[in-house]
Amino acid sequence: MLLELRNVTRRFGGVAAVDAVSLGIESGEFFTLLGPSGCGKTTLLRMIAGFDAPDEGEILLDGVDLAGTPPEHRPIHTVFQSYALFPHMSVEANVAFPLVMSRRPKAETAPLVRESLDKVHLADKAAVYPHELSGGQKQRVALARALVNRPRLLLLDEPLGALDAKLREQMRSELIRLQRDVGITFVFVTHAQTEALALSHRIAVMNAGRVEQVDTAERIYGQPANRFVAEFIGMCNILPAEVKTANATHLSLDLGSLGEIVAPLYPGVRAGHRGLLALRPEQIRLSPHGHADRLRNQFEGTVQDTLYLGDVTHYTIEIAGGYRLQALAPNSGVGRAQLFRIGDALTVAWRHDAGHFIRD
Amino acid sequence: MKRRSLVLWALAAAVYAFLYVPLAVVVLFSFNDSALNAGWVGFTTRWYEILFSDRDMLAAAGNSLLVAVLSSIVATVLGTMAGIAIHRYRARFLPALVLTPVAMPEILLGVSLLLFFRQVLDLTLGLASIVAAHITFSIGFVAIVVRARLQGMDDAIFEAARDLGASPWQGFRHVTMPLIAPAVVAGALMSFTLSIDDFVITFFTAGVGVTTLPLQIYSLIKVAVTPEVNAVSTLLMAITLTLIVAAARIAPEIMRARG
Amino acid sequence: MGARLTRWLISAPPSLFLVTFFLAPSLIMVGASFRHPGAFGGLAPLVAAGRSGEHGLTLDAYAFLFGDWIYLWICLKSFVVAALTTLVCLLLAYPLALLIAASPRKRRDLLVLLVILPFASNFLVRVYAWMIVLGPFDLLYTQAAVLIGMVYVHLPFMILPLYINLEKHDPVLLDAAQDLGANRWQRFWRITFPLSLPGIFAGSALVFIPVLGMFAIPELLGGTRDILIGNLIKEQFLDNRDWPLGSALSLLLTAMVLALAWVALRLARSSMRGVS
Repeated sequence: MLLELRNVTRRFGGVAAVDAVSLGIESGEFFTLLGPSGCGKTTLLRMIAGFDAPDEGEILLDGVDLAGTPPEHRPIHTVFQSYALFPHMSVEANVAFPLVMSRRPKAETAPLVRESLDKVHLADKAAVYPHELSGGQKQRVALARALVNRPRLLLLDEPLGALDAKLREQMRSELIRLQRDVGITFVFVTHAQTEALALSHRIAVMNAGRVEQVDTAERIYGQPANRFVAEFIGMCNILPAEVKTANATHLSLDLGSLGEIVAPLYPGVRAGHRGLLALRPEQIRLSPHGHADRLRNQFEGTVQDTLYLGDVTHYTIEIAGGYRLQALAPNSGVGRAQLFRIGDALTVAWRHDAGHFIRD
Repeated sequence: MKRRSLVLWALAAAVYAFLYVPLAVVVLFSFNDSALNAGWVGFTTRWYEILFSDRDMLAAAGNSLLVAVLSSIVATVLGTMAGIAIHRYRARFLPALVLTPVAMPEILLGVSLLLFFRQVLDLTLGLASIVAAHITFSIGFVAIVVRARLQGMDDAIFEAARDLGASPWQGFRHVTMPLIAPAVVAGALMSFTLSIDDFVITFFTAGVGVTTLPLQIYSLIKVAVTPEVNAVSTLLMAITLTLIVAAARIAPEIMRARG
Repeated sequence: MGARLTRWLISAPPSLFLVTFFLAPSLIMVGASFRHPGAFGGLAPLVAAGRSGEHGLTLDAYAFLFGDWIYLWICLKSFVVAALTTLVCLLLAYPLALLIAASPRKRRDLLVLLVILPFASNFLVRVYAWMIVLGPFDLLYTQAAVLIGMVYVHLPFMILPLYINLEKHDPVLLDAAQDLGANRWQRFWRITFPLSLPGIFAGSALVFIPVLGMFAIPELLGGTRDILIGNLIKEQFLDNRDWPLGSALSLLLTAMVLALAWVALRLARSSMRGVS
């Protein structure tokens, strides 16, 4: 384990911004701290960088406690949200800065700087000044600068926040490629869950100072540990349920007024347990009223609202018991038109192995 | 700066002491019962009594006041106009014209005005020449303050006013004027202070018959140093101090407008 | 149509006033330097008025000025005094400005006010104060006294522009420098100091230029021995009544000031090369 956080707590005026957080980050992985504003992810990042110290708990790098080591002596660098490029230095001088600080001989500095700038495709901008660069370019210079002397760990504080949508997408691929290329461990902080899912090997979902779940992207999305994680990542239908039976292959859930449905098995769940069924909108199949599918879980409903998104349409459908389900269906009609309109009667259905039971 | 070091604090305190100790000495000795500004003898207010019965000094004070009031009124009006014009119209020559009298050594303005008044206008130097001189250098200060205030505001509100139907005059009256009012008042206070305090330019443009307070102080210092000078200095300090504090309260911009 | 008129209405009055009372006098001074001194002071007439005596234009004043090395020597001395004053002001002002800029907002305004308040006292009072303080120590009427007086009077002009500049520095830049391995001194020298250069130049200009023209401080604190260019000018206009020579000296001073301003502007611009 490269970085270990043990019971790290930080309080501000009696309120715990970071509450007994324990995490282990492996060497070479792209690890994301994901959560809404105020969840403590930035505070945690600052403590790892050394700008703040935990009130309780330890932060260990390679097994060594970092307490008492100031930021300038930690082999950890940060890419700040505002990039923090030195305005009075050229791109080249900015990138060379860490090398100058660690007193590398000049002969070594130049090739390392060039190599770093090459990695972010900005070698031709070496003599340019920060105010002449675009947002995306500034970002890349900040990355090159933080990576030039191969730190053990790179911290990124919402670096894509200031970029427009298209640029964000481009930078996402860039970041993935860069991280795989240099092999340095990245700890990424963001509130944008799509980013987190796309970039990370593993994600820690945080809420109000606590870690709700640490897992790979797929398991965070497909098997959320609790309601918060289920609803924070993407859209999710949440249906209160009670386990009727649990056998070797599936669960039988009682959804109250909706009746019984079948759901995938989850270890440790037995009859009588109460909880929630988390169902993703894209797991719901829609078919015209009367055209029954052979899917196990079926309900009749009416379209309440639609949101056309180009490739897909987001439907809000009301079924029995006043439940409203969010469904996502590709627009495969003629001319890419959406399949259903407001007021249409249709059948909603999902597979017997779709959804995820979260125990209370 | 993460932690303010003790050294920095000590240095700063030393500089503040450097700034204030001499002035404290002046104030202190104005109450000193001794004609020499040497050692402390005892407390007295007799220097103030002498001050208030000194005809020449009182006349000078009266002149200073008159000049200050007249020049600050005119300078404020003209300076406000200049500040608005510089901010809004970005003329090339106006900033140079307005700000150069502020930037260059006062003696140059003083002697050139002396030449102008005597040689060209054949004017006997007196209050009129002093007032004109004071207005000349005060315009720049007022313009700086007003312009700083305008720069700190969102220009879009003026456009919004026009968009909503206000004529230029209405826009000025209902939007511009109220918003720059603090800066205008501060500028007025500043030019009043500058006028009362001015020495160099007044020195050249006052002529023989007329004195102002600073000129009177100057003659006293050169001729015979008595603690009466301390007394008038203390009073003058008290007045200008009040004015500057008032100006700073009304428009904190003046503290950012310098330089 | 209305916009044009408004523009004229607003710009014209201050412009006219300043052209009359600033620009015209300056031009007249230029002309005066090429005239003969009048019989009883002032300037001699341009056209002979039927009396004997000098009239018309001449280069006498300039010949006098550049012929006698003492004038240039005094110019040089004034320059050195101004440079010294600026340097001392900078050394005293920088720590103070740093402290004020690093203080929390509320205290900052108070500290700045405390800097401005001594400025509230009359210029002569401030000089007089040092006459009192230096007298007992036998330091009066020395070159040191003149320097102290110059520094004292002009210190706020160095503190304020420095502070205004330092206040605008983005603290994240220092965090980033620390994050990348810079210790305290390196953070100051490589980040804070270069970014403060525009403030340094502004403050230096605000000190250097006025000091060049000072006469009261050398006179009151330095006695009659140490005269600078300002004293010379005053002498010509009020004591000797040689106005052409006084004008020529003033133009020399103006030239020095303009040259300095130009240099300061160039330096400021190049130091801001990377900063928008």
